[in-house]
Amino acid sequence: MTMSRTLMTASAIALLAGMATAQDSVTVGIQLEPPNLDPTGGAAQAIDSVLYSNVFEGLTRFMADGSVVPGLAESWTISDDGLVYTFSLRAGVTFHDGTTMDAEDVKFSLDRARAEDSTNAQKGLFAGITDVTVVDPLTVQVTLGAPNGMFLFNMAWGDAVIVAPESIADIASNPVGTGAFSFANWVQGDRIELTRNDAYWGEAPALASATFRFIADPTAAFAAVMAEDVDVFVGFPAPENLPQFEADPRFQVLVGNTEGETILAMNNKMEPFDNILVRQAVSLAIDRQAIIDGAMFGLGTPIGTHFAPHNPDYVDLTGNSPYDPDRARALLAEAGFPDGFATTLKLPPPSYARRGGEIIASQLRAIGIEAEISNLEWAQWLEEAFGAKDFGMTIVSHTEPMDIGIYANPDYYFQYDNPAFQQLMTDLNLTTDPAMRSEMLKQAQTIISEDYVNGYLFELAVPTVAKAGLQGLWLNQPTAAVDLTGVSWAG
Amino acid sequence: MIRYVLARFASLILSLIVASLVIFAVIEIIPGDPAAFMLGVNARPDTIAALRTEMGLDASVPARYLSWVTGMMQGDFGQSYTYRTPVAGMIADRVWVSLPLALYALILSTLIAFPAGIYAASRRGRPGDMAVMGATQLGVAIPNFWFAMLLVLVFAINLRWFSAGGFPGWDRGFWGGVKALTLPAIALALPQAAILARVMRSSLLDMLGEDFVRTARAKGLSRRQALWRHALRNAMIPVLTIIGLQFSFLLAGGIIIEQVFFLPGLGRLIFQAISSRDLIVVESVVMLLVFAVIVVNFAVDLAYALVDPRLRTKQ
Repeated sequence: MTMSRTLMTASAIALLAGMATAQDSVTVGIQLEPPNLDPTGGAAQAIDSVLYSNVFEGLTRFMADGSVVPGLAESWTISDDGLVYTFSLRAGVTFHDGTTMDAEDVKFSLDRARAEDSTNAQKGLFAGITDVTVVDPLTVQVTLGAPNGMFLFNMAWGDAVIVAPESIADIASNPVGTGAFSFANWVQGDRIELTRNDAYWGEAPALASATFRFIADPTAAFAAVMAEDVDVFVGFPAPENLPQFEADPRFQVLVGNTEGETILAMNNKMEPFDNILVRQAVSLAIDRQAIIDGAMFGLGTPIGTHFAPHNPDYVDLTGNSPYDPDRARALLAEAGFPDGFATTLKLPPPSYARRGGEIIASQLRAIGIEAEISNLEWAQWLEEAFGAKDFGMTIVSHTEPMDIGIYANPDYYFQYDNPAFQQLMTDLNLTTDPAMRSEMLKQAQTIISEDYVNGYLFELAVPTVAKAGLQGLWLNQPTAAVDLTGVSWAG
Repeated sequence: MIRYVLARFASLILSLIVASLVIFAVIEIIPGDPAAFMLGVNARPDTIAALRTEMGLDASVPARYLSWVTGMMQGDFGQSYTYRTPVAGMIADRVWVSLPLALYALILSTLIAFPAGIYAASRRGRPGDMAVMGATQLGVAIPNFWFAMLLVLVFAINLRWFSAGGFPGWDRGFWGGVKALTLPAIALALPQAAILARVMRSSLLDMLGEDFVRTARAKGLSRRQALWRHALRNAMIPVLTIIGLQFSFLLAGGIIIEQVFFLPGLGRLIFQAISSRDLIVVESVVMLLVFAVIVVNFAVDLAYALVDPRLRTKQ
């Protein structure tokens, strides 16, 4: 009895001693490890999770509420025809290796991203740029081929951060940016360490250092948080444990929204989904709340169209597809399928697809549609569903922000071909006036909702579990990021 | 002796060649295009094609096999698709976690199993023996990942004696690394120790019934002396076989333990590489593990020759 008491006291003292020195550093747990450290070279979101706004910065930047604010570009002017953007860069900004950041670096970054052989995963962001000119060391002019209302938004993405030619050679393993933190160390498979950049141009962060640890297994993630090995876990993969954390005074639980619209995609060019009545029937057969409760532990916001609910331009169109199995059956009969039909439901690995798929299959069976489920790995899904379009239905979450434009691409995997919508998107891209853009976005949401292109399920939630004393964490994820610049310990 | 060693060596080389052919063939059959997967859902076809050419996926199958094998013999395991770094470097980093873990678990397993097995054999039929046999029965039945989670619950979450997982790296101090590997090693070792103890016990009991032990006792040696000086050495052969097999299992089979304790080892590397269709890494690491298993078996064969004089002078 006394021995274990002594041990408890000893470990408590050790813990306190550890805690006393830990108030200016934080250990962040995330599920996926970045495959390399170049946000401009690959598609992995994990790269942005670690480096966006911490190590790298772009001309503009996302804040926690999804708004776009000046980043390395202090201000800008747009020509009347919307084709020429003149950016004034901040003075006195240096990269972590000491070299200055100037217009030459901006030109280098943009040219590199839009080059023929660029492996930038979001080349489309830069496709409209026809020319980048250095006017003087702090002024750079970007000329577009056609006006683009999204240009400033696009430049805030992680794929558009500014890099330097002096450090580009080994950027994948030694990233050199302009951010508030500099890269210190990467123990592959275990953690990445960042330290405060004392030469940062902006407000110094409260944290002196940060460590990212990669824990993919949900049980291990739970253990790591409970054992206080990590101070915060962003994207906590074991939502069934959240009530336990909420009841524990040591922790706080934040549940926010992402930009992930989870949809039941239907192959619009494959029978019988080429018939709008069939698509409408499917949409009415789905009970969104049952899926959210059954597959996502109650986390997630129902959506009626392909748009993020936290966005000010969002229109709540869930009323277009309420849960009404009787009407769904009637619609199917009207479409010529009184006895229903059989189709395939291809599911990628994430649990929203696997678990949600089973619930949807049973909801569809209730109206007579037999959905044959096949579980695929990502690579297979990309080949069969996304590439070859060989599927009847599939469930996937689209996590890119402001991606309603995918409905204007008739070759995109669900193959929706509506010339009126495509025209609307073209017009939207040419419009920079915020009020007009808002109107057009609302119109776009209404069109794809009334056309029942896909079954719009819910917006993915992101649960974050953190120690009670940690402040300044992002609630929502308007982009994949764990922005530590505003994070501090209370008291 | 020389002939024995040469024969074993020839079989080692043959096994390696056959294994490499099988591994390469199996990996070729897995569906999915690595280039499309790496670049993500929104990548353009020209970018994917460029990456395919860069990774050499357009060459013919025999050409790729030959370049892979010749590369490996020169120590070049190729370039990882997803990480864009040489595979040899990645393996080197991770083998320093998996290998010490396997050795640590093996040492623990032997330290527990030998005394237990010898004790049980010497107290055969009596309560001591029954107790050890009951314990080993339990040890064999317990799945090691479940046991691992139990250890985490008790020692990491409740008692806070250890962290819940992770590996700080050997450059942060030798004992720090050992401490991080302790819970995983225990989780791996206990079920293996149970098996080894049983093998030890039954092998020793076989020996204790042999003629030469009766002769030794007749000579005047006590039961204990007969056991230690004569029976034990002869009982080692099956035990050595099992140890060799266990080491191979510990090296490659730690994949689940590495997931539970999120250790950056070879098992997790293979797991991640398979998920992301990083074919080069999968091929190279599997080949390395097969190589390790074959070499360990070869070493065990040599150990037989050392332990058993009959093998050395075979006609």
